[in-house]
Amino acid sequence: MGRFTTWFHRMGSPRWFFDLSRPWLVGFLAVGVTLLGVGTVWGLGFAPPDYQQGDSYRIIYIHVPSAHLAEALYVAMGVAGIVVLVWRMKLADMFIAVTAPVGMAVTGIALLTGAIWGRPTWGAWWVWDARTTSVLVLFFLYLGIVALRQAIPRADQAGRAAAVLAIVGTVNVPIIKYSVDWWLTLHQPASITFTAAPAMPPSMWVPLLINMVGFYALVAAFLVAGLRNEVLLREADAQWVRDWLERAS
Amino acid sequence: MSEFLAMGGHGLYVWLAYGISFAVLAALGLRPIVARRRFLSHARREAHARRDADARRDEQRRGRERREG
Repeated sequence: MGRFTTWFHRMGSPRWFFDLSRPWLVGFLAVGVTLLGVGTVWGLGFAPPDYQQGDSYRIIYIHVPSAHLAEALYVAMGVAGIVVLVWRMKLADMFIAVTAPVGMAVTGIALLTGAIWGRPTWGAWWVWDARTTSVLVLFFLYLGIVALRQAIPRADQAGRAAAVLAIVGTVNVPIIKYSVDWWLTLHQPASITFTAAPAMPPSMWVPLLINMVGFYALVAAFLVAGLRNEVLLREADAQWVRDWLERAS
Repeated sequence: MSEFLAMGGHGLYVWLAYGISFAVLAALGLRPIVARRRFLSHARREAHARRDADARRDEQRRGRERREG
């Protein structure tokens, strides 16, 4: 076996992950809480008001990070789905199991903050335009994965079905991304892109960037914590978990 | 301060959005903590039960050996 395949399979071992991941959890949590605190205080208290929307635009500092993360988590599940189907890697299956409810909650944040922002800005809590509708579909895709896992009693079949839905559902992600360009919509296009100068002054987009990284880090910490629990639960009968329990108690 | 809370007349929307978001994040953070506690207490109880069962079995075997030997 080549060095890469050895590394790849070791990485897929639940025990390897459990032994290494504690410092990741602490690091992600520290970075996430700090950045989200700084970005939120900055965005709410110090960023200037928008010349058209006034102060309601400040919802952007949670809406955009949560929406972005909701899409990224689904893509991550899609990649994990391929790993499940091709290499039967247990850790990837656990990742989907842990990520689906978290992604659903993050999508819920994006939808709710969007609705609350829409009321004073568009005059409606909800509009059936391409962006909002495709994000609602994303929410139901997450829900579908959660439900599939619970509905199928045999763990390996449930895992494979969830992996298939994770892979197939990723086609929705580019639809969400380009929906504001492909269709006429109330939704404003992206304010910050990699290719053009931001459509905002730095005092507005720097806290947004901070909150985006903060959201990613904080949710990464939640996922690592959830994955550690999932490993313990599924490997509860393994000798290494029993040894670890001895040492922990 | 009251000006800050009013958010230029959009206070209700802004604070509602932030309130819901941080409540959901807090719930997401608490979930793994609760799950870990539940797993640990369950696993400890199982380990105790296993140890007790082992001890009982050893006791019985020793008793048998005494009677036979």
